[in-house]
Amino acid sequence: MASGELTIGFLPLVDACLPILAHEHGFAEDEGVKLSFVKDVSWATVLDRLLYGHTDAAHMLAPLAIATTLGLGRPAQKLVAPFVLGLNGNGVTLAKVLAEKIATPGAYANPVTLGAKLKVEAAERKAAGRKLRFGVVHRYSSHNHKLRYWLAASGIRPDEDVEILTVAPPFVADALASGEIDGACVGEPWNSLCVERDVGTIVLATAQIWRRGVEKVLAMREARLDELRPQTEGLIRAMRRAGKHFVDPENFALNARILARQSYLDADEKLIARAISDRLVLTHGANPVHFPDFMFQHSEAANFPWVSQAAWLYSQMVRWDQLSFDSSDAEKARQVFRPDIYRSALSDTGDDLPAANSKVEGSVTQLTQVGTQQGSITLSANSFFDGRTFDPEAVESYLDALP
Amino acid sequence: MKIAIVDESPARASIIEEGLVELDNREVFILTKREGLLAQIELIGPDIVLIDLGNPSRDVLEEYFAVSRALARPIAMFVDESDDAAIAASIDAGVSAYVVDGLSSNRIRPLLDLAVRRFNAFARLQSDLVEAKGKLAERELIDKAKRILMDSRRVTEPEAYGELRRKAMSSSKKIVDIAEAVVTAAELMGDN
Repeated sequence: MASGELTIGFLPLVDACLPILAHEHGFAEDEGVKLSFVKDVSWATVLDRLLYGHTDAAHMLAPLAIATTLGLGRPAQKLVAPFVLGLNGNGVTLAKVLAEKIATPGAYANPVTLGAKLKVEAAERKAAGRKLRFGVVHRYSSHNHKLRYWLAASGIRPDEDVEILTVAPPFVADALASGEIDGACVGEPWNSLCVERDVGTIVLATAQIWRRGVEKVLAMREARLDELRPQTEGLIRAMRRAGKHFVDPENFALNARILARQSYLDADEKLIARAISDRLVLTHGANPVHFPDFMFQHSEAANFPWVSQAAWLYSQMVRWDQLSFDSSDAEKARQVFRPDIYRSALSDTGDDLPAANSKVEGSVTQLTQVGTQQGSITLSANSFFDGRTFDPEAVESYLDALP
Repeated sequence: MKIAIVDESPARASIIEEGLVELDNREVFILTKREGLLAQIELIGPDIVLIDLGNPSRDVLEEYFAVSRALARPIAMFVDESDDAAIAASIDAGVSAYVVDGLSSNRIRPLLDLAVRRFNAFARLQSDLVEAKGKLAERELIDKAKRILMDSRRVTEPEAYGELRRKAMSSSKKIVDIAEAVVTAAELMGDN
């Protein structure tokens, strides 16, 4: 059994749940790991604390871990991600007036139809000299990447036809209320807060854009992970147990209550419960709508850090930062995801471990058996909404074919 | 040199500003509001931005810098990598700095060191304040206990204090703990 302490940085979001619940339910303690937490409100702060040793590990945007490793925006520092904290779990929320015009409030829209209507609206607003403005949580976030992916595939050029700006999650509702933005792509409970305050309407789940899109990771400095390997592997096992607990409907209310505490999310437990149960209220006063896998934290080896996911994120940085594709950067990006550590942590637990480290993303459009070290697991649909697939071995031709 | 200090705590911002007086040729701008922050930064065009580590606007600010870099106004996070110890010290003190490229390291270091000192000074002031508040609360509690003893035992104030003190010494506790026990007991007895 591992023995040691780990300090974990996080932002108040529902998908910080696994390390928090691993601590609260004693799973980490069972592994001999004592966890403590540091809460911040900016990703820049979470990152600084990680890089300068205030924390050992952090709840982090997967693209930010890669961007930091590549030295985009600040001097390069090598980060590694041995565990994916979850897939998707974000929503696209539009200002009420806009949602009423181009969507049906109270239901999830079809991303293709909504994209087409948004394109018309965006063109009108651009012609009127008031481009539509969208908030995302960070340049290097899956929110930014998925929003842009959807816009571009809908014929809307994200950098020319609309404006995309950074808004911290807790301030998204304010920004919608003040008219600073017309829409946002953000995690929970912040979409639900917009609905609760009646300043916005949820129109899409990011799972509709990429059914199994990678979201946050547990990030560490590579050197720190080497020093803390036993307790990190203990944490990984504890977070797998926490995930099993998290997805069990029996525990929804209890876990919502824990996450709502002031020291964690400091938010309304009722709103958190909506995300946990995949039952969001999409417009003020409406009934909740069940969208299975709105958040995807555990099943189908959801926490396995597929190298192909890292490669997709790198492709989107090249795409939107107007970088030129660099095969050594692509390799560095892939190496941020560390399936070897995930495997090592879970090798004796009987947990599902995929046989491969990489897969063609978006290729699974129906239930598919994939080989594991022990047998097989069934992966359900993993598709992108436009039907494209991403082959991690052919990033350049993928980029060439994108709009 | 134009220095922008971004801090939602006006008290801390002015303490830093005060510290910057010793520097020559500086123009200091203090920004304490989240609203309109980027517009103000744009207007000022600072050479260096000092911002408290946990400020909620940091991601917004970094995005602005990333975009300005695209507009050929390069901005480096902190100082260069060789100054890692200085950066670590500033993170520990709770301040981060964004430096416009071209400002030489020997001009940045004294500024950053100063900011770190002022941040630490502010942290000390805060803990002094917490301590002072704690002391005040202790004194009020002891006064209350004295009044209870004076009323119930018909003793003078020095005698009441003497009793609290004797009890504290004989039971190896602090006077404030004994006072708290007296006040709690009185409340329980409905005597207060």
